[in-house]
Formats: sequence, structure tokens, C-alpha cells
Amino acid sequence: MKYAYYPGCSLHSTAKEFDMSTKAAFRGLGIGLEEVQDWVCCGASSAHMTSEILSHVLPAKTLAGVDRDAKGVVVPCIACYSRFRITNAALQEDPELRAQVKSAVGVTYEGKIPVVHPLDVVVNDYGLDAVREKVSKELTGLRVASYYGCLLTRPPEINSFDDDPENPTSMDDLATALGAEVVDWPYKTECCGASLSFTRTDIALRLSHDILTMAADEDADCIAVACPMCQSNLDLRQRAINRKYGTSFDIPIVYFTQLIGLALGIAPRELGLHLHSVNPKNLLKKKALA
Amino acid sequence: MARIGIFVCHCGTNIGATVDCERVAEEVAGLPGVVYSTAYKYMCSDPGQTLISKAIREHDLDRIVVAACSPSLHEPTYRAWLENEGLNPYMLEMANIREQCSWVHTDKEAATEKAIRLIDMARAKVAQAEPLHAMEIPVERRALIIGGGISGIQAAIDVGMAGYEAVIVEREPTIGGRMAQFDKTFPTLDCAACILTPKMVAVAQDKNVTIHTHAEVEEVSGYVGNFDVKIRLRARSVDADKCTGCGTCWQKCPTKVPSEFDQGLGPRKAIYIPFPQAVPRVPVIDREVCIHFRTGKCGICQKVCEQGAVDFEQEDIIIEEKFGAIIVATGFTNFDASAYGEYGGGKYENVITGLQFERMVNSSGPTDGHIVCPSDGREAKSVVFIQCVGSRDKSKGVAYCSRLCCMYTAKQALLFKEHVPDGEAYSFYMDIRAAGKGYEEFVRKAQEDYGVQYLRGRVSRVFEHDGQMVVRGADTLSGSQVEIKTDLVVLVTALIAREDAVDVARMLGIPYDQHHLFTEAHTKLAPVESVTRGIFLTGACQSPKDIPDTVATASAASAKTLALFNHDFITAEPLIACIEPSLCSGCMACSDSCPFGAIEESEWTDPSTRKKVKVARVVESVCHGCGNCVVTCRSGAPNIAGFSNEQIFEQVEVA
Repeated sequence: MKYAYYPGCSLHSTAKEFDMSTKAAFRGLGIGLEEVQDWVCCGASSAHMTSEILSHVLPAKTLAGVDRDAKGVVVPCIACYSRFRITNAALQEDPELRAQVKSAVGVTYEGKIPVVHPLDVVVNDYGLDAVREKVSKELTGLRVASYYGCLLTRPPEINSFDDDPENPTSMDDLATALGAEVVDWPYKTECCGASLSFTRTDIALRLSHDILTMAADEDADCIAVACPMCQSNLDLRQRAINRKYGTSFDIPIVYFTQLIGLALGIAPRELGLHLHSVNPKNLLKKKALA
Repeated sequence: MARIGIFVCHCGTNIGATVDCERVAEEVAGLPGVVYSTAYKYMCSDPGQTLISKAIREHDLDRIVVAACSPSLHEPTYRAWLENEGLNPYMLEMANIREQCSWVHTDKEAATEKAIRLIDMARAKVAQAEPLHAMEIPVERRALIIGGGISGIQAAIDVGMAGYEAVIVEREPTIGGRMAQFDKTFPTLDCAACILTPKMVAVAQDKNVTIHTHAEVEEVSGYVGNFDVKIRLRARSVDADKCTGCGTCWQKCPTKVPSEFDQGLGPRKAIYIPFPQAVPRVPVIDREVCIHFRTGKCGICQKVCEQGAVDFEQEDIIIEEKFGAIIVATGFTNFDASAYGEYGGGKYENVITGLQFERMVNSSGPTDGHIVCPSDGREAKSVVFIQCVGSRDKSKGVAYCSRLCCMYTAKQALLFKEHVPDGEAYSFYMDIRAAGKGYEEFVRKAQEDYGVQYLRGRVSRVFEHDGQMVVRGADTLSGSQVEIKTDLVVLVTALIAREDAVDVARMLGIPYDQHHLFTEAHTKLAPVESVTRGIFLTGACQSPKDIPDTVATASAASAKTLALFNHDFITAEPLIACIEPSLCSGCMACSDSCPFGAIEESEWTDPSTRKKVKVARVVESVCHGCGNCVVTCRSGAPNIAGFSNEQIFEQVEVA
């Protein structure tokens, strides 16, 4: 099983630990990942807000360079993932757009390279039974609240893998397979306010506060995420939220790939767990996971 | 030599504006066999038909072509007119120059040319026509009614009152159907049981009506006037003739399971009647859960029955009966709300369905009319109704509006406020659809007099928090997000076809739509007929219907049945297949392709060899003239009267 890999800008900067843990977890599971050569920015937000053609040209440029022998390209950042899937759908349908893309950047791309999320690969392609076999250190007693955010499963005609867009369960199923205790909570797909993070930080703080409150009410030890924006809002802003709302949240926000890594017995440092703003060190110690 | 007349209709401007009818009439006059042609503004009008009669007489016409609308509209009109003039009604061909020409084209020149070609094809076909004679079929004057809900009950009462025999076959142990589960009915708030149970008793006492409950129709064959039907009378394990309905057996039965009738909110026993007013008041044993049937032990019901009515040895009985007409009244079921994971149906005990609420608010229901939280039995002080769960949602449910949910939501919310005056009732809706006598006023009453709070918008999520249900949604009128904490959530689920509707449709040979609802012969002009003659439709098996509409269609279906029963014989179209035995090899491929089972094996003596050979033969009264056999046969042995190979080939030749 071998995939191409597109980290995108986030995984080389603010979400470095998502990059580290995806690579480590996949290596541990035995799924090959090879970074796409000469990849460019996916154009998320800035491109599609300003020029539709630019929003397709950028993903097409990268996707045209993907090794055709790979099973597809793994895209962990949910914004990149979403942009790539949208371009794939648009190019498959519209020959004129394909011609425009070609005249813009000189690549011929039909929109046919499968764009997959690592969660989809692990749960649906690799399979949870196979995951269970690889687990060497069950995450016993760790109460995980799975948080899917807005884009992972929506809009369903573009992004959804085999999961319910309104009530997704794949991350919960994965957590269960890793031996963790799953928190049944209602805010799985709430908005974290990422798109307003800089323009209306007050709103982003309120929305993220609501999510943290619900997770705390349901006694979650940590929140598992699959998106760098969700992660940074809930993690980086947790201190600001505490200041603003007089709360004292201390909830680590971890990538699902970090949970896989822990269960495979990979050292927390290799998974970038030390890079979070809310340090999970104490939690891991308490649960005998570090 | 044929003497053909051609009559071109303008249909006002429908055809006249796009087709030059006068020119058409002139040009077709020169076609082979045509001795007369003319155009007229409205050929179907009285003067138009008089014009045809006059031409038939003056020009000694023996067959005609009418170039006008679709034959499905006026072919019967013109056929009757031919018969008036002493001609065989099948010496007629219609050229459809309206739906298939003027209505779909804009270029008058091209449309005129096409009209001429279409008429020429009809002329070529009618030139080969031969007189045909309708068959007479005797009518068995008994009606089979499938389903014993309010629809079937009403139909049986109507047929019985007219003096004909009706047989109700009901799957459940009692008649009454969904209506028996309802508490009060909108918009008058009379209690469902109070108006239904007298009808149940009346139909049970009607000498013309036989009721088979706990029974199912297994097989239907035959045709209008002569349906052969197999009915399975499932073993009740109780002898209905001996049982007095005293109730000792179900009082003593030790096995409790959730009651289907009470939607799982209360228990029933293994030997049970679904509700106290059940008709017949004869219990059945649910063999799946009964201790005796599972382990061979217990048998208490048998011991306590003074009449000796409990009979563990009873077996299913299959009866075969003949009917002239079938009324399909199989009703509906509710959409399974678990498709909306975000609403928590099936996950949270305090998220219930409309039908569960109906049982709860009913004073003889499982909670004695108390509206409670199923999780702990405390009285619900607030309730949120979520409308359109499954309705008007093609991605998760059905595309159509279920039509009565707006009304029953208003009713249930109003009843809640009556039961819990200090409670709060909310309803999330998309649009209020309250078209019906007194309906809009009723919804207003719920809003204005009872203070039910209506919020226009969809709910995004229902969850449990701090021991209460939380409903989050949009209020699109104020443009805000709302979050309501409530004790109870009611999912107002769509009304959909029953799970086995397709099996029923296949058994009966009637069509169904993409939602598995049975299709009417014509939605406007034949709303209770199926396309299969002698099979009529009523109630919610066609589309969601409220009680008034259901009763109206039931009476309409019985009126159609009675019209059929008023004849000693009915006529059948002679447009059916006939197999030429000298061309038949007896392979029976035609029989496999026949959807009506109208082809049987037969023996035929070959006149040249004097040997008996196996051939296929058409059972005339069963054949629908679909033509499947004609196209299946390799040797061209079958032919359809009125659509013969010769006629079709002639048509193709001139096309």
C-alpha cells in the first residue's frame, strides 16, 4: 500500500506535529507515503476568494505531478483536501476548465487522481481490524472526544468518505480500535470559527469556548482533531479563552495520527506531542502513555 | 379496395397555429385509398362528429383516419361514433398531430410536412385493418379488500350496503389500522376511537362482509371480473368460534413484550389482542415469544381458558376464492428517523415519533394519557416538535410533502397544552401546509389560543445535556440560531410506502412510483383506478392522505367496484395476441416473456402430418395485448389484432 503525500503549508509550519505524526503513524502501520515533488500552495481561502480559475490552477498543478502508480494522494490538511476534491470534481465535469488550466500552467490534468484524507485511508482502506492488530499500547482509560469540524465530511457530495456528514463516527471508531474510551458528545461537527480567526477573533473565541465547555462537561481528557485550523483554534487560543471567560480549561488538542502513534508505541516526541500549546505531558503521564 | 376518409382537426390553435391543416387535408387527399379528406376546427365537437357521419354516408367510407390529439384522449369518442354509423369501431386510426407534432414544434412548414407523414402512416395502417369484436367476460360480483384500516372498512361498508359481498383481508390480528392508534382527530378534535370503533363494529356485523384478520393475500391471478386469489389465514392458535374474548388468557400470560400497537411504549402479552376494542375480540398467540412454542412448557392460557379455545396445534389455512374486483387499501408506514443521526431518534429515549406521542396522549394508551419522558416517567413540561423529518428531503428521505404532518403537529401541540397547561410547546417547521376545510383555522387556534410557539427553520442537532434534551436550530424569520432545552422531542416523520409495497404491487400486477407508492391510472381523471382493470386503489398506499381524503377515496373505489358489479358481463378490448400454430415450434419463449401469464401450452394437430404437436396458445381473457410475445418469437407466430405485423410493416414502409 503506497500513497503520494501532500503536506501543504500548514504541515510545514503551525501543524508540524500533524506532519510528523502522520508520517510516523503511517510508517508504523506500514503504509508508504512519498511526498509529491515540487508541490505548490493549494490556494485555500485566498485563491478561491479572489479568482475561481486560480483556485483550480493551483491544485491542478500539484495533482498533475502526482505519481500515477500511487493509490492516490494523502492530504492531511482539511483545507487542502477540500480544495483538491473541489478541483477534481470541477475538472472531471468541465472540459473547458481543463483547457483553461492547461493554457494557464501548461499541465494536462483530468481530475482523476484520488485525493484521500489519512483518516479515510486508515479507517476504510487499511481497516480497523488491521489497526487493532498493530496496537501495542492500548490507550486504556483515555477519554477522547472526536471533533470533526466543518470540512472533513462536508459538503457530502465533495468531501464525504463513507461516513454520515451530520453524525460522523469514523474517528470515534478509530479511537475505540486504539483502546481509548470514546466520549459521546454532540459538538462533533460544530464550527470552531477558523475562518473568522483573524477578522472576528471574538467570535472564534466564543465558538471554540463552547466546544471546550461541552468537551469538559462530558469529562473528555483530550479532543482528537483531523484539521490544523481546528487544532490551532482550540489549542493556541485555549489560554485566551480561559482569560476571556474565566475558565481553566487544560484540554490537550491532539491529532488522531498522534493517537495512532501512541497506540503503536511511538515516543511522544516523535509524534510532536511536545509542540502543542496545551501540553499533554501530564495527561500522558497520568494515563501511563508516556 | 379500402375507402378511407381522413379528418384533420385544428384543435383550435393547438394544432392550427403550427400545422397548416387545410394544406394537410388537400395533400393527403391524393394518398392511396383515400376517397375523402377535410379539415375542421374541433373534430371532437358535435358538429365535427356530424361532419364525419355525413362523410361516411356520402362517400361510402369503410374506415377513417382522424388526425388530431393522442388516442388516449379521444379514440373512444371516435370509435363510438363509427359504431353509431354502423361501422366496426376498430376501423379507425388516429394520427397524433398534436402532442407528437404541433405542441413540440415551432417551424410551421416542417410541422406541416411531419403531420402529412404521420397521417400517411396512419392511413397505411388503417388500410390493413380488419373488423374486431370485443369479448364478453362474466363478472364475479365479490370484492376483495386488502387492508382493514379505515380505508378498507369504509370500502367494505359501501360495497356491502349495495348488496354485494366484500371480503377484507387484514394482516394484523384486528381491523382498525392506523386510525385506531390515533388519539383525537384534526380539525374537530373528535376522538378517533369514538368515530372508528362504531364503523369497525358495523362492518363486522354486516352480513355481506367477511373479515379475515391475521391473514395475508398470497397469490392473485386472473383478470377483471375473475380474479383467483389465494389467502393465507395464519394460525391464531385460538379457535375463534369458541373464544368469547373474556380476556383471562392474556391476563394470566406471563410473557411481556413491547406492544407494536403502543409503539413500544407499553407491553403486551404473548397471547394478546392489540387493543381493547379489537375486532374480532379474539386473541392470537405470538409464537416467536410464547414460552410454550419456544420451550414446550407453560401452556397457562390453555389451562385457564374455560371454553377450551386455545389450540396450540392450529395450522395456517390457505383458502382460494374468486373475486370480480380488488380494492387495495394497504396504507402506509412511518419513515425511520434513524436516518437523521443528528436528531437522536432511537438513541435518546426522550426523542419519540409522532405516532408514539399519539399513543402517549391517548387516555387508554400506555401512559393513561400522561405525557411523560420515557427515560424516567416524569411528566414532560416542554416539548419540541421537529416537522418534515424525512419529508421534503430528497437527500435523506422522500422528495414529497407528507401532507398531514403540519396538521397533526398542530393537533398534538394543542393537546399537549391542554394536558400540561403550564408547559411549553414549540414546533420547527419549513412551511405550514394547512389546505383543507377548517385546517388553517385549526393551526391558528394552536398558535393563538394555545400559545404553541412556531419557529420557521430546520433543526441542526438534538442532544442530551444535563439531563435535558437540547434542540439547536435556525429561526429563519428572526435570522437567529436558537437553542431550546426541552423534556421531550417529537420527530414528525414522513409517511411512506410499506416495506413490502413492491411485493404487493408485483403480486397484483399494478405499477408503483419511485417511492413505492401505487400509481393511479390517471392522477386527475382516474384517481382510484390502477392501470389494471378491476383493481382499485384507496387511501395512503397511493400517497399520504388524511382521514377525510382516505374515506373519500375508499367510497370512490367502491363506487367504481359497484359500477363493475352492475353488469352481467363486461367487454374486453379485442386488441390481443393470437399465435398461429403452424408457425409455432412450441419453444414457449413467448410464455416466459409474458408479464400476465397469458400464454399456455396446448396441443395442435398438424394438418399435413396429422401429428399432434406442442404449441403455445394465448388465453384471450388474460392477454393485455402488450406485444412482448410478438417480439420474442423467432418464427413470427404471434400477432396482435389491431397491431398486426402487416399493419406495422406497412406503416414503416411509408414512414
